[in-house]
This record gives sequence, C-alpha cells and structure tokens, in this order.
Amino acid sequence: MREAPRIEFLWWRGCPSWERALAELREEMRALGLDPGSVEVREVATGDDAEREEFVGSPTIRIDGRDVQPTGEPAGVTCRVYRLRDGRVSPLPDRGDVRDALAERLAAPGGAR
Amino acid sequence: MTTGPEDLGIGERAPALELPDTEGRTHSLADAEGAPATVVVWTCNHCPYALAWHDRIVEAACDYASREVRFLAINSNDPDRYPADSYEAMRDRVAREEWPFPYLHDESQAAARAWGAKVTPHVYVLDAERRLRYQGAPDPDYQEPAHNASWLRDAIDAVLAGKDLARPQTDPVGCSVKWKP
Repeated sequence: MREAPRIEFLWWRGCPSWERALAELREEMRALGLDPGSVEVREVATGDDAEREEFVGSPTIRIDGRDVQPTGEPAGVTCRVYRLRDGRVSPLPDRGDVRDALAERLAAPGGAR
Repeated sequence: MTTGPEDLGIGERAPALELPDTEGRTHSLADAEGAPATVVVWTCNHCPYALAWHDRIVEAACDYASREVRFLAINSNDPDRYPADSYEAMRDRVAREEWPFPYLHDESQAAARAWGAKVTPHVYVLDAERRLRYQGAPDPDYQEPAHNASWLRDAIDAVLAGKDLARPQTDPVGCSVKWKP
C-alpha cells in the first residue's frame, strides 16, 4: 500500500502570515486529493525549539522532511523570507512551489493520495 | 520580550527625533521645517513584510517628492539577535539599493519607544505641524503590489489637501520590533 506523504507545518507566533500560509497549504493539498487535516502543525516558541526542529523561520513547510524552498539560513525564531516566482520577496512561499513540491512527492515512487 | 512603548495618538505632536543615517549624518524632524507632510516608516532589513512593502514605499516617496513630502526610514532592531539589522548591514543595503530617503539608526531604541513603533513596517504620517494624522500599514496586503501603498497615499493626500482622514489608523502588520533584553 502506498503511503501519504508526511507534511509538516512549523510556525512562530511572531510572524502573522502563518495562518494564511497554512490555509494555502491546505487548499493545495485538497486540490491534489490529500487530506488537509493530516498536516502536522507545530509551534516553535523558543530558540531551543528552533534548534531542535532545525527551524529556519516562520512559516516552514516540509514534505517528507524536505523543505518546499530549501535555504541555507541558520536555525532561529524569525520570520522567513521567501522569494516568489516573479522575483518578489514575501513572507509566504509561492503557492506554485508548494503545489509542485506536493505533486512531485505524489508522483514519486511510493507517493499516494 | 522587553516592550512598553505608549501608542502615539492621532492628533498628537510627534516626539522629537534625532538619529544618524547610514552616512553618519544626523536627521531630525525639525529639519523638515516647511514640509507639508512627513512620513516616518519603521522598517528593517531582515523582515519579509518590510521587504515586501519596501518598493511600494519607495515609489510613494518618489511620487510625492515634487510636493516636498519628506520620508524617513528608521531601524530600531536589536542587532545582537538580528545581525541583518546591524548598522553595518544598513549601510551595505543602502549602498546596494537606491533609497530616495535616509535610513536612520535608532541604536538606543528610544525613538521606537517614544513613538510606540510595534512592527516593521509601521508607517506614520505627520502634518506640517508634525501632528500624527495616520499610523498603521502602508496598504491592505503585503502580498499584493497593486495596492500600491494606498493607505499611505490616501493619508498623504488628505494631509496635503487639509482634509480629515476616513481611516486614520490601521493595524500595522509585520515582524515585531526586536527589543533589546
């Protein structure tokens, strides 16, 4: 039986975009036939939490452990700077990047809906 | 987090400012004697909200330059916890980009406390008497450039026209000011 991907959403209270990012993630999951309720949502509150979670900023989305927009930034409680596909800076990941990362995982051997 | 600044009320005279820019030149509100409006923006280098809105604020500054509206940007963040917001990083950024207004360093954080700055960006619009006429976000959505800093522009237009603002305050949205311990 093929397994659904593990999707993690890590957020820090200091960045107000996290709810919007989570809603957009769930919409993309729903569109691809994934259960939006299956996201593992975890709050990162302290620097120690960030180190333990290897959290490089809020929000962070991982699919089977892989960041939707990998970065070399160090762990820490901060708001994450994303680059949209049109080049703009944003506190949110590009929805296209989230969609493609989900679709890529589903298309990979072992991916499932 | 250490906080405690009082909110600056609409109609109140803005607290004095005297801060260095990235070239070491000191700027104050009093320098703007005769300016029909002054815009003060708390911002920084590391925050994606401040970065997302930056170009819109720059465009507004350019658009209103001919009407002698003065813009000042201020960074008050603790550089020990956020090195991207250090004075050196401010200088590097201004050297790389074209800023049509000075980028001031509030090292002691006294200005942020006096003004009640909460997040980056936090926009203030003052009239010719340096009374607060608008504070809040530049426009309704950091993600949508088409908003074009509409709330900020509405506020400037109202001040220049001597009219009351329909929306003198909005909730500023962004990264919290990074207070020193």
